[in-house]
Amino acid sequence: MSIVIDRRLNDRNKSAANRARFIRRYKEQIKRAVSDIVARRGITDMEKGGEVSIPTRDIKEPSFRHGPGGDHEYVHPGNHSFNKGDRIPRPKSQGGGGGGSGEGDGEGSQDDFTFSLSREEFMNLFFDDLELPHLVRNFVTEIKDFKMQRAGYTPSGVPANLSVPRSLRNAMARRVALSAPLHREIAALEAAEAKEDDLVVRAGIETEIAALKSRIARVPFLDEIDLRFRHRVKVPQPISRAVMFCLMDVSASMTEEKKDLAKRFFTLLYLFLSRKYEKVEIVFIRHTDNAEEVDEQRFFHDAQSGGTVVQSALKLMNEIVTERYPPAGYNIYGAQVSDGDAFGADPEKSRALLADQILPLCRYYAYIEVPDDADHTSPLSYAYARIESPRFAMKSVTSRGDVYPVLRELFKKEANI
Amino acid sequence: MSADGGPRYLSTGAEWSFDLIARYDAAIKDIAHNEFKLDTYPNQIEIIASEQMLDAYASVGLPIGYPHWSYGKEFIRNEDAYRKGARGLAYEIVINSNPCISYLMEENTMAMQALVIAHACYGHNSFFKGNYLFRQWTNADSIIDYMVFARRYVLECEERHGAQAVEETLDSCHALMSHGIDRYRQPPQLSAEEEQNRVREREEYNWKRFDDIWRTVPQKRKGERRGGEAQYPAEPQENLLYFVEKHSPKLEPWQRELVRITRKMAQYFYPQGQTKVMNEGWATFWHYTLLNRLFDKGLVDAGFMLECLQSHTNVVTQRGFDQRGYGGVNPYALGFAMMTDLRRICENPTDEDREWFPDIAGGDWQKVLDFAMRNYKDESFIAQYLSPRLIREFHLFAVADHETDDHLTVDSIHNEQGYRRLRRLFASQYNRDFSVPDIQVTRYDRRGDRSLTVQHRRHRNRPLAAEAEEVLRHLSRLWGFTVRLETCDDTGKAVGVRDFRAG
Repeated sequence: MSIVIDRRLNDRNKSAANRARFIRRYKEQIKRAVSDIVARRGITDMEKGGEVSIPTRDIKEPSFRHGPGGDHEYVHPGNHSFNKGDRIPRPKSQGGGGGGSGEGDGEGSQDDFTFSLSREEFMNLFFDDLELPHLVRNFVTEIKDFKMQRAGYTPSGVPANLSVPRSLRNAMARRVALSAPLHREIAALEAAEAKEDDLVVRAGIETEIAALKSRIARVPFLDEIDLRFRHRVKVPQPISRAVMFCLMDVSASMTEEKKDLAKRFFTLLYLFLSRKYEKVEIVFIRHTDNAEEVDEQRFFHDAQSGGTVVQSALKLMNEIVTERYPPAGYNIYGAQVSDGDAFGADPEKSRALLADQILPLCRYYAYIEVPDDADHTSPLSYAYARIESPRFAMKSVTSRGDVYPVLRELFKKEANI
Repeated sequence: MSADGGPRYLSTGAEWSFDLIARYDAAIKDIAHNEFKLDTYPNQIEIIASEQMLDAYASVGLPIGYPHWSYGKEFIRNEDAYRKGARGLAYEIVINSNPCISYLMEENTMAMQALVIAHACYGHNSFFKGNYLFRQWTNADSIIDYMVFARRYVLECEERHGAQAVEETLDSCHALMSHGIDRYRQPPQLSAEEEQNRVREREEYNWKRFDDIWRTVPQKRKGERRGGEAQYPAEPQENLLYFVEKHSPKLEPWQRELVRITRKMAQYFYPQGQTKVMNEGWATFWHYTLLNRLFDKGLVDAGFMLECLQSHTNVVTQRGFDQRGYGGVNPYALGFAMMTDLRRICENPTDEDREWFPDIAGGDWQKVLDFAMRNYKDESFIAQYLSPRLIREFHLFAVADHETDDHLTVDSIHNEQGYRRLRRLFASQYNRDFSVPDIQVTRYDRRGDRSLTVQHRRHRNRPLAAEAEEVLRHLSRLWGFTVRLETCDDTGKAVGVRDFRAG
């Protein structure tokens, strides 16, 4: 006799460990693909899985095989016009004639091995680049704050959550439902008794009625199935709303790599804020010698040329705050990226504007500098270095791993990490 | 509909239940065992969901395996193709074990479940039990236990020696798996328990033999050689992994064990690669025959039969070489056609059949098929039983691709002059040498630089693919010393030598 077993309830993720091994082994290639996605995606869309592809030849498992060349005969089906001795020009792609082995249209024809990364895998690779500590990773990937919220009733729970009115209402319904047919029978019997004259029969009916009444009495007042408990569920609870200002110098000296660093910096801050606040708005301000508010696409990808006046961007930010984001209603964060070039009185004026007017409005303001030459102190960082405020952080960044430390104070303070 | 009264359908409609599966299985089993005398292992039918089917794919069709990234790659490849709808899932996977485990997908309809039961649980199952290659090379009783042992052993090694080191060794072993197979000698088979004892003994032996004094023995001077030694090994060895396991000068005991595990797996899968056409043909022939018998007995309705036949037809489609989606000869189509043709030759032989198959024409088809199933592999099966009629039906033709000729030439076609040559060429296409290069160990320089010499004998002047260099570096990594590749032509004349070192 055959045995039939239901395995559907077994673990469905047997291959997860092997999948993780594959991703670990080809991390370098996959990271490169992830970087491409980061460059393509908007800051607010960053938090999704993604499709990556890596070259097939990189992941090929070698074995001894025959190479092209040599002599062989292949047998194929479906001849309709060939005769013995016919000559056919050799097909261009080698191995096309070798379809018989099945290799021809298998792996060989695909140049790339494409597959999807889950959201977690994607974010982890993104964070790996930024050398994000694990505690911080947990904070920005998980939602930690929850509020308990009423969500109807359940048939099971702890006594403290027992809902007395609900339970009694159920009990009453059950009692009515269970005893109604008995009551009906009693009524019928009583009617019959009233019409009956024979005492013996009446006595019989009365015992029947008595039996029915005792059955009614045995319907319990409160049964376990009547009990209802107040049900509560956890819902994620971000605190309130925030606005994040992204300021970037887009003069010609800002190369693509520098912009890529900037984007990662803004993304990280955004992820952090979106965990903390229910609603995060982003304002993109780019500046050369004058500043303007733009959308994300133009912010990162429009080439601009011209001089550099940092102060213009700070002024614009100040104006936008006054106009649209009253500090009473918003938590304001600023993030500024520049290569540090500033001329004349600009750095000094910018420092004054930032320290005296903007910082008091902000919860946090971070500045990263992406210099051409790491050893050289730029005019702007020289000026900014004299700002002393717990709400201000600045750092010179040359690689992706440097991005996180500039936000470290912020994470430490506001995420209790 | 049965002759004796109304229909007695087992069920109607697409829904299946566990009870129905058991009843269908009993009905099919009755026909298979009692009417057609199929000899099978007991069946274990497992119902799984589609995600689990993907898992089963990735573990190369074994229910348990050791962890390795290549299985992850396989899983990702299948999962992505499946999610994008580029590929459907197999209806079933069957494992050559005792009891014979078959996986059925939960999404299948009742008709499909019945088809799969007939195909896997009675078709493949009886093939596993009867075919000489499987009898000789696989041990259905112990494979699951062995894989449990292998998995535990690999995980233990990872703990002790680090995942990186284990992965490197396994990578090298996997590269050589196609050359980790014995084709001619029957190794003694060990149960999982004996296997474990052997590992322990091997380690104990090493502990006992450890003696610090060997460190103090003066080293031999370089270049010094003891008296000439006869060539070792005396005969060329085709099982590279076996040779590495037994003779590698540098491998740690645990690495030897890993080599052994991969070698055993390669050996376990060896018969499957050699009997693809026969195995699938046999199973397809039997699901077709068994289900038709169910219908004749009035146990299933016409709707059931139509669904089965539709699926059956899809499976045995053979596209022509110039049609879209052509991927070579479909083993299901060829195998099913040959099995059906054998039955026809026995039942309704023509004059041509009498001339070509005098010993079986008009014979008892069940005996003939049973004999063929037990004693052949693809190559010999085709060489023996491919009839001119099938060559015509498939419109087979052979194309010669010779290096010295800038054109391809049609060598022979399906006509009187071509039958024998076509059949011979076609059969040789299923010879292992056709797809796997002939590479053997010819020399181990035990007294000298400890290099290992392997010889590649070109099969009809076919060179090795470029990736062979990588494989040789893998071999050198396992060997620990230089590996020398000697290339020679069909006659054995050496044409080239190259040295390889890992790292």
